[in-house]
Amino acid sequence: MTGQEGWQSEAPELVRPYVITKGRGLPDDGDLSLITLVTAAAGQPQRPSRLSPEEQSLLDLCSAGYLSVAEIAGHTQFPLGVVRILLASLMEGGHLMTRPPVARARLADKEILEEVLNGLRAKFG
Amino acid sequence: MGSAPSLDERDYVRGGATQTAVKILVVGHFAVGKTTLIGSISEIEPLSTEETMTQAAESVDDLKGVQGKTTTTVAMDFGRLTISDRVVLYLFGTPGQQRFVQMWEDMARGALGALVLVDPERLADSFPVIDLIEHYGLDYAIAVNHFDGSPLRDERALREALDLLDDTPVVTCDARDEKSSAAALTTLVRYLLDRTR
Repeated sequence: MTGQEGWQSEAPELVRPYVITKGRGLPDDGDLSLITLVTAAAGQPQRPSRLSPEEQSLLDLCSAGYLSVAEIAGHTQFPLGVVRILLASLMEGGHLMTRPPVARARLADKEILEEVLNGLRAKFG
Repeated sequence: MGSAPSLDERDYVRGGATQTAVKILVVGHFAVGKTTLIGSISEIEPLSTEETMTQAAESVDDLKGVQGKTTTTVAMDFGRLTISDRVVLYLFGTPGQQRFVQMWEDMARGALGALVLVDPERLADSFPVIDLIEHYGLDYAIAVNHFDGSPLRDERALREALDLLDDTPVVTCDARDEKSSAAALTTLVRYLLDRTR
């Protein structure tokens, strides 16, 4: 689907999700919504070897810029729940930074909606 | 051991450090054209994510009258549109089936609103979708995807059939066409803005 070379060797369906997540449960906070933007923490030192291959891959994916949690799941083809657990673990270790979406408020909504409306008009006429 | 997929610079969110991510849902019954609409305006190749419970979808989905559809939306498809230096918009599409309730909660939380894509030939299939949207308290607009050869119903009959409120916007669009899809989205956003006043 994504046409990404070199990723398929993972064959995620051959590895049970609880193995990849080392038995960890879903993070219970709202930090990792579908549209939370994630990137590797700046000044990443020598990467510790205790990262799992999957965590390492996610970290590599996030090292070149910001991606949403949904995009990370889409690019890696891991189930969303698995991605959330791995990202939460990487956050705990200080490897990742996140930008959660702003909390919904009527005023913030209004400003954002105006910006979206203007942006759509500017882009598509 | 596979390496991470190599992404192009454009795959990343431009100016992610300063951007606020928002989302709008594109919903509709199976095969109504959600993925097509998202793909027509997304700046990235639409992606999909899969939840484990979605595997059964293919065998259950009703294929009556949708010959020629070769890909199946098993979970949710999404695309992205950079609006400005401050705002990046994500469009999430998913079928309106009750069994995807977990995913719906995920998608609906914090969404600005929803564009409900409707096939004029299969109006009844849109009832459960609209029920779900209303259940999650999302404001929505109706976009009638005008398929080749299908007659356009007049708006009044469609409003009546879908039991819409008077102020719910109804637009016709061609989901394959970028400008047409964007116009439908613009109608929704204008309506959402009116609702904040």
